[in-house]
Amino acid sequence: MNLDYSGDIMTLNMGPQHPSMHGVLRLELKTDGEVVVEAIPHIGYLHRCFEKHAENIEYPGVVPFTDRMDYVAAMNMELGYVLAVEKLMGIQVNDRVRYIRIIMAELNRIASHLVAAGTYGLDLGSWTPFLHCFRDREKILDFFEETCGARLLYNYNWIGGLMFDLPEGLERRIIEFLDYFEPLVEDLNRLLSYNYIFIKRTASVGIIPPEVAVSYGITGPNLRGSGIKFDVRRNEPYLGYEEFDFEVPVGKGEFGPVGSCYDRYMVRIWEVLQSCRIIRQAIAKLPPGDVHATIPKRVKPPVGEVYMRTECPRGELGYYIVSDGTSKPYRVKVKSPCFTVMSGFREYSRGAMIADIVAIVGSVDIVLVELDR
Amino acid sequence: MTPREIEALLKERFGDRIPESRLDGLCSWSLVDPAAILEVARFVHDDEKLKMDHLELLGGVDYKDRIEVVYVVNSLTYHHRYTLKCRLPRDNPRIRTVESVWKVANWHEREAYDMFGIIFEGHSDLRRILCPDDWEGYPLRKDYTFPGKYHDMPV
Repeated sequence: MNLDYSGDIMTLNMGPQHPSMHGVLRLELKTDGEVVVEAIPHIGYLHRCFEKHAENIEYPGVVPFTDRMDYVAAMNMELGYVLAVEKLMGIQVNDRVRYIRIIMAELNRIASHLVAAGTYGLDLGSWTPFLHCFRDREKILDFFEETCGARLLYNYNWIGGLMFDLPEGLERRIIEFLDYFEPLVEDLNRLLSYNYIFIKRTASVGIIPPEVAVSYGITGPNLRGSGIKFDVRRNEPYLGYEEFDFEVPVGKGEFGPVGSCYDRYMVRIWEVLQSCRIIRQAIAKLPPGDVHATIPKRVKPPVGEVYMRTECPRGELGYYIVSDGTSKPYRVKVKSPCFTVMSGFREYSRGAMIADIVAIVGSVDIVLVELDR
Repeated sequence: MTPREIEALLKERFGDRIPESRLDGLCSWSLVDPAAILEVARFVHDDEKLKMDHLELLGGVDYKDRIEVVYVVNSLTYHHRYTLKCRLPRDNPRIRTVESVWKVANWHEREAYDMFGIIFEGHSDLRRILCPDDWEGYPLRKDYTFPGKYHDMPV
């Protein structure tokens, strides 16, 4: 884009305490009037060196710490970690554990995408969809509370199994919830997705071309929003996702160029419906079994290293774990999806208006706690 | 491609600059001569059969006698993944930046610098990223001692 920047450049700090920054993020904006010439993100306000903590506690004790990375999708965060440790130790869990993990991860994905869509509407000045989204998310959190006692930070996935089996009748209630919830997605679309003002604010803003997305290592819904069909659940299945029938939605560029804020938002909405499909299939196939059967007495993986990646609602979450044969991990490195998406922020926000910066930050759906770790 | 084929391809192209490899199901890796990292990175990125256009993870590991830099790369075209490693001396860890190959390396390298003190030569903006700019020491090194105070504030 060739813009003629004339006049003085003014520096404006957006954040760290700004209602639309989704946490404590500071953007240093170099502005020329209303146009942002350069937006430089400054992160680290929530850094607590999780990776150092993890080196000083035993393997099972790390799970609650992973919950606290992305508190909106904690089930998915701990899932990645326990899968990595299980892979390192060679533990094979039974089918019941696998299916319950999938059900929980997908319910959590729906909850997380509802937060993303609701707060995105809020960022752009629409209040009602936010209330609708949070009303339905509440019902999912109730399921989690019933299962493991916690609404946000679960510690539910354990190495080799699960904390508890599903409470009686929960499968039926989840199906009832899906029957109630699936038609409501269309309501949300009518309320927000096809709203004229919403489309105008998002459909040609914050375009991430596919080559930029790849070079900046952007993953998950943000990558698919740029039209690249890649989903770890499909392309490198874990937990037996290959047994399930679901689609991988990509951005179509309905109202503007592909890779816009609107595409990233719509990919999340479509993913919610796909998650519903996966949950229905998992519940239909749910076999009996003991969820504590393969929990090891003592977690002491052999010397070695492992890299495991899973698809969490914000993108690919990778754990690189080095074991030195003791009961504490030698090194835990987390590949955070929000970190990579923010690394390219300078590039895809160049030339936007100040008001559009809010739309762009909201559309990449970051959680700063996970970004800073 | 399987890790075995990738390893063979790298070995064929770079010979003794790939001194060691380990192939298992968990995380197959090859050791790369630190002086050749940029060349190897460009090769795995550009090669028609590899096309590893996605840098998944870049991080350091402190092994007390050396520091390792780990590059996990994968291909969005062929869906294969591989790990490259470089061993650096602990007292003066220096390596060329791969920012020109994968742009995301910019931030990953800043993080590795912040946490381990690895100097990435040729990096466009090598500053601390997660810790404050005036923080002392490199937190993820094994011999790091936590400071009691930061600007007279208890930490």
